[in-house]
Amino acid sequence: MSADSYNKVKRNPNFHMLVARRSRWAWGLATIILLMYFAFILLIAFAPQWLAQPVVAGSVITIGIPIGVLVILVAFVLTGVYVHKANTDFDQMTQQIISEIEQ
Amino acid sequence: MRLLQKLFITLFFLLPQLGFAADAIDGAVEKQALNLPAVIMFLLFVAATLMITYWAAKRTRSTSDYYAAGGGITGLQNGLAIAGDYMSAASFLGISGLVYLSGYDGLIYSIGFLIGWPLILFLIAERLRNLGRYTFADVASYRLQQLPIRTLSAFGALAVVALYLIAQMVGAGKLIQLLFGLPYEFAVVVVGVLMVLYVTFGGMIATTWVQIIKAVLLLSGATFIAIMVLKHVGFDINVLFEQAIAVHDKGSQIMAPGGLVTDPISAISLGVALIFGTAGLPHILMRFFTVADAKQARRSVFFATGFIGYFYILTFIIGFGAIVLLTNNPDFFNSEGLLIGGDNMAAIHLSQAVGGDMFLGFISAVAFATILAVVSGLTLAGASAISHDLYASVIKKGQVTGKDEIRVSRIATLVLGLVAIVLGILFEQQNVAFMVGLAFAIAASANFPILFLSMYWQKLTTRGALIGGFAGLTTAIVLVILGPIVWVDILGNAEAIFPYKYPALFSVITAFVLIWLFSVTDRSEQGKQERALFEHQFIRSQTGIGAHGANNDH
Repeated sequence: MSADSYNKVKRNPNFHMLVARRSRWAWGLATIILLMYFAFILLIAFAPQWLAQPVVAGSVITIGIPIGVLVILVAFVLTGVYVHKANTDFDQMTQQIISEIEQ
Repeated sequence: MRLLQKLFITLFFLLPQLGFAADAIDGAVEKQALNLPAVIMFLLFVAATLMITYWAAKRTRSTSDYYAAGGGITGLQNGLAIAGDYMSAASFLGISGLVYLSGYDGLIYSIGFLIGWPLILFLIAERLRNLGRYTFADVASYRLQQLPIRTLSAFGALAVVALYLIAQMVGAGKLIQLLFGLPYEFAVVVVGVLMVLYVTFGGMIATTWVQIIKAVLLLSGATFIAIMVLKHVGFDINVLFEQAIAVHDKGSQIMAPGGLVTDPISAISLGVALIFGTAGLPHILMRFFTVADAKQARRSVFFATGFIGYFYILTFIIGFGAIVLLTNNPDFFNSEGLLIGGDNMAAIHLSQAVGGDMFLGFISAVAFATILAVVSGLTLAGASAISHDLYASVIKKGQVTGKDEIRVSRIATLVLGLVAIVLGILFEQQNVAFMVGLAFAIAASANFPILFLSMYWQKLTTRGALIGGFAGLTTAIVLVILGPIVWVDILGNAEAIFPYKYPALFSVITAFVLIWLFSVTDRSEQGKQERALFEHQFIRSQTGIGAHGANNDH
């Protein structure tokens, strides 16, 4: 890839849009993951009794169990969200930017 | 302050300490009677993987095939292989053992293990794939001086690989003694010889497929145990928990967070080592170059996260199943009332309880296969650091044929295998648990800061990366030597000079601060050029323009 191509990309407003959008999603989702993990740990630190209470009266299952499983599921689902977003939106923008080099 | 302290204690202690503690099976173990079904099933696994190695060897022609499976691994396959790298024998046995011992706390550990993966996807995976080719040093040295940065990265990689290998070898020897009733030295030699065969002949193609097969076997085995456990309780999870509470010493406490706490600094430091260390492990980073492009790299992490998350949910059910099915069954306990082989054997005993001797043999063989797969990945990463970074790029300055490079890599593999066997035998009676901790600390303090900043921070220069990275590496090593495990437990001094077990908090901060300081104060012409190259690198990292595709060196 020649220096000229890079200059074309650099001048392409779509490239800057791609960078901005991707970084918004990447850092946004990373923040959600960190906040979620942090909130979970906060609960364990300060409200273990709350996590230890049954989900419904009389059940042996504590609130902590569905919450823990939920954290695992959300981590997985968010990777799916990012992959979906990237496969459709970001990849399409990237293809567009690359095709504009050749013009 | 107290609140803050409590938060820190909880936050970081809960991060997976197991990864360190359980990667080596600690302490002396008793050799068990020869387990024939396990040996037969393991031989089947070996036969199958050697056939794959033969098949892979015929397909390994170029350097790209050898180091990166020609970039022809799909996202799903790579996701399985990454999950395989992550689901070590230690995490299977260790986490289910922890759930068996204290219930809910095991789930908290699993979550700590998993949470780094989405972050790797969002921030690292695509850029890494777009910029690199065979090793993470390709990325770290992309716009910096090849010679010093590759040398430092290669030593960082080799230090991590060597420490990890020793711990795995010792763990393998002990586990196999316990599961198969084979002598320790024999087990270490078998592991060493097989891994050298896979890597020298089959390169990354064989290593990846060994990892995939093992991941599928482990996931199927764990699924079967979990289903049998659920069947035992009539597929009613309430009954499982009720029965577990009824027989466990801790009663209903197993359903809620327990109280495992050490000092806050150690806890924080351990967390830093794990989060940054995972993203600095050479054998994990190398997996991202085996796929065709950034899209497949993303899919790899998606599948890996799914498999790993699923696996951890299974270990939770398995741990509770072990409480219900093993407790009060005298077959699984010794005369002192302890689980035979220790709490980490809970999943193994449970496999016998739900599936009989044949299934016990299967799970034992899978545990052996797991160790083999992990050491193969490590050995390939170490050999690549020697052949690709040190030999081809530093010594030969890139003037080398692919054939020559692969030859050096094969010699390096053989040497690494011999070293691993010898050290594995020498360290039999040593405490090796600290070695995995040190490996993570080095990965977090030397490899990760340079890699991350090279992709994200324009002002990084060779001078900053070199001084900071080297300082991180030495700080990590020196603090471990002066710390309680080496200075007191191994060298026999009365008191540790550095009071904490885990150095990462200090060594990572040292690395980042010095990289920053010596980069921003770097006014050299060379530094200026390196900053100017960032834009070009940034465009490639974002768009993949100019990235190495599948097999494009043919």
